[in-house]
Amino acid sequence: MMVQTGSKGLPMQEINLITLFFYLLSSAGYLSYLFFQHERLQQLGYGLMAAGFLAHSASLVGGYLNTGFFPGHDLHQTLLFAGWALVAVFLLFQYWLPVKVLGLYAAPMATVIMVVTLRTPDATGATAPFFKSFWLFFHVLTMFLGNGAFALACGAGFLYLLQEHGIKAKRRGFFFKRLPSLDLLDNMGYRCLVMGFTLLTIGLVSGMLYAKVIWGKFWSWNVKEVWSGIMWLFYAAILHERLTVGWRGRKAAIMSIIGFMVLLFTFFGVNFLLGGHHGEFTK
Amino acid sequence: MQNIYLVGLNHKTAPVAVRECLAFTGPEAIHAMARLRQLTAIQEVILFSTCNRVEILYIGREGEDALDALKAFLSEYKKVPGKLFEESLYHYSGIEAVRHVFRVAASLDSMVVGEPQILGQIKTAYRQATQEKSTGVVLNRLLHRAFWLAKRIRTETGIGGHAVSISYAAIELGRKIFGALDGKKVLLVGAGEMAELAVEHLIRNKASDIRVANRTFERAVELAGRYRGRAIRFEEIPDALAEVDIIISSTGARQYVILPGHVKAVMRTRKNRPLFFIDIAVPRDIDPVINRMTNAYVYDIDDLKEVVTENIEDREREAVKADRLVDEAVIQFRKWHESLEVVPTIKALRSQLSDIVDIELERTLKGLGYREAADREAFSRMKTALINRILHYPTLFLKREDIHGDMNIYLDAVRRMFQLDENREPDGEQEPSASSLERGVNL
Repeated sequence: MMVQTGSKGLPMQEINLITLFFYLLSSAGYLSYLFFQHERLQQLGYGLMAAGFLAHSASLVGGYLNTGFFPGHDLHQTLLFAGWALVAVFLLFQYWLPVKVLGLYAAPMATVIMVVTLRTPDATGATAPFFKSFWLFFHVLTMFLGNGAFALACGAGFLYLLQEHGIKAKRRGFFFKRLPSLDLLDNMGYRCLVMGFTLLTIGLVSGMLYAKVIWGKFWSWNVKEVWSGIMWLFYAAILHERLTVGWRGRKAAIMSIIGFMVLLFTFFGVNFLLGGHHGEFTK
Repeated sequence: MQNIYLVGLNHKTAPVAVRECLAFTGPEAIHAMARLRQLTAIQEVILFSTCNRVEILYIGREGEDALDALKAFLSEYKKVPGKLFEESLYHYSGIEAVRHVFRVAASLDSMVVGEPQILGQIKTAYRQATQEKSTGVVLNRLLHRAFWLAKRIRTETGIGGHAVSISYAAIELGRKIFGALDGKKVLLVGAGEMAELAVEHLIRNKASDIRVANRTFERAVELAGRYRGRAIRFEEIPDALAEVDIIISSTGARQYVILPGHVKAVMRTRKNRPLFFIDIAVPRDIDPVINRMTNAYVYDIDDLKEVVTENIEDREREAVKADRLVDEAVIQFRKWHESLEVVPTIKALRSQLSDIVDIELERTLKGLGYREAADREAFSRMKTALINRILHYPTLFLKREDIHGDMNIYLDAVRRMFQLDENREPDGEQEPSASSLERGVNL
């Protein structure tokens, strides 16, 4: 592992490993819940996820205490934060709409993000003064929470397609009993989209304000900005269609999945392939 | 008993697509039975066709094979190539045929083991057969035994107790689509026990707003009244699709009642809210293509069967008990068929003569003002002797060994000549005097 966390202060790497450990256990809990359908296993999965979340939060706070900066300088920190946001949204949603099986999607995803985070070098040092802005913190927080919500929408979409396929094909296989109703999955996806879209909008606006403060203009037609705009329009279109002509069910599920792909591309692809002014945060 | 045969196909051997090609409507079945009776190889015949089975039970003539003739008949009558269904046909003879009929009537062979409708359906078929006079002594007996056994199994085993489950299955599926069913709107197209049961279950699950469509509007009004719903005309079905969520269809229509175009037309108005079709009819009412459309789900009776198989395990346990009763009945029937065919006839004959003599004697003695009780016994002895002498040759004739092949004809002739089956002809549901006499012999 190429991690060289905090030369001073808190043992970041250990905390991150503990987080990973919890997420891994939580994934196992949800997986066994899928097979054995004991309510306890699901509760265990949720509890472990929450424990992981606490450790995760500690890691973020620790990062801030160690460097004195908000953790968003490089890909390592960005991923750490993105993973945290995903788990936060998941825990919240689980409390709100109990689609228990969704943990099966969220826990492994958090685990994977955590593994990738640990595999990515944490290049400390390069800290430009603009990282101290409140707008940056707010921008990143809302964007990432929004991304987390979109990730869940995508997960709900997957589960919807899986369940729908079972019902259409009339094969009451393994998943029929284990997955919730189509209506619930659709509803869940919709709520995730609404929440994600709200946060995305706030995130974009705060990003613009931040850009105004740093570069003196709201919008600079940067590749990253353009793709974020595309993403915003895409999600806006999905929601609009749903509210007007009732894009629901299968179509909505597929769109949530495609939307998340666009999001992933905006998040990683643009930086790796096209460059742009967010490059320094994510390379 | 070797001349009792059964040929047919059911939900286990043939998919709904094949069954709907061969399904007979009520009038068709009557007509078909009348024609089958004229086949030379067939002595007695009954045909029953339900949504899950088409079966022909018949008594073949000695040394003749009616199977090919029946296949040809089905193929010709329903205008389907024999290739389509031949593979699905099963063919039983003797004891196996008897056992099969018993099991079918007792709902042990049903898609949903223990469902109550099959007995009624067979009774209806039997009533039609007796109207066409296509059944005779043996099948009458066999079917009466089947009805009696079905009742016994229903009361003595828990097989019917687990209520009926196609409709439960439908509700479970509905839950997987809609989550909760409360407030969901239901459209019932056509009628029928199974469909109505499904509606009742939906109501119990808080589905509201029931609409009923029927070819005859009065019937729709009547059903709507029962569910506190609304009757609509058959032509209004396409419009109703815009509002309802669950459609249960069970009509006798030959063509699809709901087509993809109907669904397509309303999806936009519905804002793509899902539509769940439950098609209980055979032939099917709802074009299966609709299942491929987004947010529309179509389950026909075969699909529901898959769902049902999961929750019937305990019913299967009861079925073991029921099968024991079936075996018992088969043995009894075989006994009757093998050695006692003649006996009930003679007994009935004796009892009829005895009744006649009693009545006439009473009348005569009364007219004469004769009151000597002591002489009664002498009269009674004379009655017995008289009857014995009258019946001596007929009894010998009926018991002759060398005519066993055609015995049914003579038995039938005697029964008709003396009107021994007088009371039990028209609907055959009860077992009146003549057969209760037989029962005395057998049980």
